Amino acid sequence: MDQLFDVSLFAAALRMVAPILLAALGGAICARVGLFNVGLEGMILVGAFSAILGNYLTGSITMAVLFSVVCTLVFSLLFAYMSINLQANVIVVGIALNFLATGLTTFSLRAIFDVKGAYYDKDMKGLPKLDIPVLKDIPWLGDVLSGQSILVYAAIIIVIVLQIYLYKTVAGFRLLAAGENPIAARSLGLHVKKTQYVAVLICGALCGLAGAQLSLGNVTMFTEGMTNGRGFIALVATMLGQSNPIGVAGASLLFGFMEALSYRLQNFSIPSNITAMLPFVVTIIAMIFFKNSGYKDEAKKSSGSSR
Amino acid sequence: MLLEMDSITKSYGLVTANRNVSFNLRKGEVHALIGENGAGKTTLMRILYGMESPTSGHIKINGQPVVFHDPTDAIKHKIGMVHQHFMLFPAFSIAENIVIGREPKKSMMFDRKKAIEETISISEKYNMPVDPKKKVADCSLGMQQRVEILKVLHQGAEIIILDEPTGVLTPLEVKELLASIKSLAAQGKSFIIISHKLSEIMEVSDRITVLRDGVVTGTVNAGETNEEQLSRMMVGRELVKLERSTLETGKPVIDVSGVSIKGNKAKPLLDRISFQVREGEIVGVAGISGNGQSELLQAISGLMAIDEGTIVIQDQNVTGASVKQIRDSGLAHIPEDRYLWGVSKEATVSDNGIMGHLASTSKRGILNRKAIRTLVSEWVDRFAIKTGSLNTKAQYLSGGNLQKLIVAREIAQQSPFLIAAEPTRGVDVGAMEIIHGELLKRREERAAILLVSSELTEIMKLADRILVMYEGKIVGELDAATATEEQISLLMAGGKAVG
Repeated sequence: MDQLFDVSLFAAALRMVAPILLAALGGAICARVGLFNVGLEGMILVGAFSAILGNYLTGSITMAVLFSVVCTLVFSLLFAYMSINLQANVIVVGIALNFLATGLTTFSLRAIFDVKGAYYDKDMKGLPKLDIPVLKDIPWLGDVLSGQSILVYAAIIIVIVLQIYLYKTVAGFRLLAAGENPIAARSLGLHVKKTQYVAVLICGALCGLAGAQLSLGNVTMFTEGMTNGRGFIALVATMLGQSNPIGVAGASLLFGFMEALSYRLQNFSIPSNITAMLPFVVTIIAMIFFKNSGYKDEAKKSSGSSR
Repeated sequence: MLLEMDSITKSYGLVTANRNVSFNLRKGEVHALIGENGAGKTTLMRILYGMESPTSGHIKINGQPVVFHDPTDAIKHKIGMVHQHFMLFPAFSIAENIVIGREPKKSMMFDRKKAIEETISISEKYNMPVDPKKKVADCSLGMQQRVEILKVLHQGAEIIILDEPTGVLTPLEVKELLASIKSLAAQGKSFIIISHKLSEIMEVSDRITVLRDGVVTGTVNAGETNEEQLSRMMVGRELVKLERSTLETGKPVIDVSGVSIKGNKAKPLLDRISFQVREGEIVGVAGISGNGQSELLQAISGLMAIDEGTIVIQDQNVTGASVKQIRDSGLAHIPEDRYLWGVSKEATVSDNGIMGHLASTSKRGILNRKAIRTLVSEWVDRFAIKTGSLNTKAQYLSGGNLQKLIVAREIAQQSPFLIAAEPTRGVDVGAMEIIHGELLKRREERAAILLVSSELTEIMKLADRILVMYEGKIVGELDAATATEEQISLLMAGGKAVG
């Protein structure tokens, strides 16, 4: 047991949490304005690919992350335009974007890098690991928390920033209002569409970061469909956390931990096909046990907004 | 003059909603705007609130011409509107709902403490008490109405438009609202009230403007008119006095005995309800809404399971039967909430019309469009339903016209037993006359009718016998011919029967 639950498991969990958490926060903010974003998976995939591409083109890791954010922003604009301006069904738009992302990244991989399946460059640098002074000297905790990629810390900070934004600022209050009752918000002269655009763009940027962490943080490579369902797990984390940043963080931690555990269990002669199911099994169990009217209402609202 | 709307015309393509309408408002005045459904009241107010722009005509405030592009402009000119369907955020607290749009802030932060203080001070100033921290979702409709008015006052409104303000309120809440309106008007606020309810209008307003088919038919002082004159101005003709013949009642069509629903509260939702409705009889159920009437209707129509008792329709025991089985045994049902139970808003008028009439409008599973058109357009003519076409989506019909469609559909079932729940809620006097006439006609045809209404006058006008419900029990049964309004009101409030 000690072998199973050692320090590196928790450190790995934190690493795996980051992309899920970042995307789930994006999903949460979309859900808050009444747009249930099923396209998280595709957005992360675009982010992951463009991070590698940015790195390849510029050789700078900062530019790579920036490039990934910009590309995902453009991609999320598509979601925003179709669901907000054209009033298309958000679920359909989300699914369409997921397929588009798969096709687009696979095609670009061949067109740009001339490889099939995966692109790996041993000279490519990943996201820098930060050693946090003081913290790193604390036994156990230091080993878990310190030495993570910069985006892991960014994710934690973003949770706090979003929590304050939504529940303490006027702008956040109005964002919540626009999602809670768009017709009433409009009757007060609040700009509902603009608010929805802002939310989708924030979500796009967060998914870009999530993708960068996936392709440059954990490993330094891109493989076709490397998101491997993380966008959907993020979606579940969004719902489980009731679209509340702290709650979403909690749910993401659970899923990140399960993912890390599933890799770890492979060392204990359990077939990898079985362990790989772990995060998804937990997702299903979570859905059963944490069934709550909260996100049922959320779902109702989002289906209403997709008229 | 505080507000002048001068020769306003609004056309939507070929339809003219307002033609040369002039309307004015003095400071501290309560001015009612009445008319039938689709007469153009709401359109006129939407123009005033900046939600629509007029095809021609001008608006002046304090003599200055103004043009509103959106509600924000109207709010800036101190005009506030309380919509028929409340514009509130259920998940937010009362204070948050009141300050939204002009939140007190500390730099970028929302100062919720200050919001609560502002809410308390405004509610004390206008003597409309609220609990600032309570979630709106947990408030009664009367309280929500109050929050709406406080919100508008917080926005600094001097002119307050109330669109059908009493439609969803209990009689007690209506009384409180009317008192608040009077006291606010005494403090210098001016009101425009859109309503169908003539008695309330007569009580609260100073002047009354009547619209018919988009044209003003007159503006009168409330003191110099009466309900009959107003009805005439609205409908454009004399209303026919309803004739009620005395009928020999036949055998019982429905027999409800000992029906109880426990619910999860301490008090049962329905407590040993027993009654019968006979052929050729209208039984009215009176009561303040929320005293078990909804549950009773849902129990009878099979929408809610009962814990005890039996329900027999046409000698057939339908206790625990499905809605379909109950309907087949001879029930037609005009439901109390037309949007929830009555129609599909997304479907067309004709599709909504044939719900429950599929057998007569289809052959081997194929719909006969021609038969459907004939059937539904006959109802549209007979009930004077205002609709663009039979293919108009139900959601674009006004509430009253939608109600007429539902009544037409259910009456056409020609079933031996008819439930009419709030059959005239939100409909105008002309439509009310038609619906009441049709219900009485069904009575002549020896149908048994269970009429549930929160309008006492309606029950007294139509029913042969009156049952009064209070806290899930039938607390009194009265003969409609001899019952007085006072007697019934007392029973409704939980008092003991006298005399």
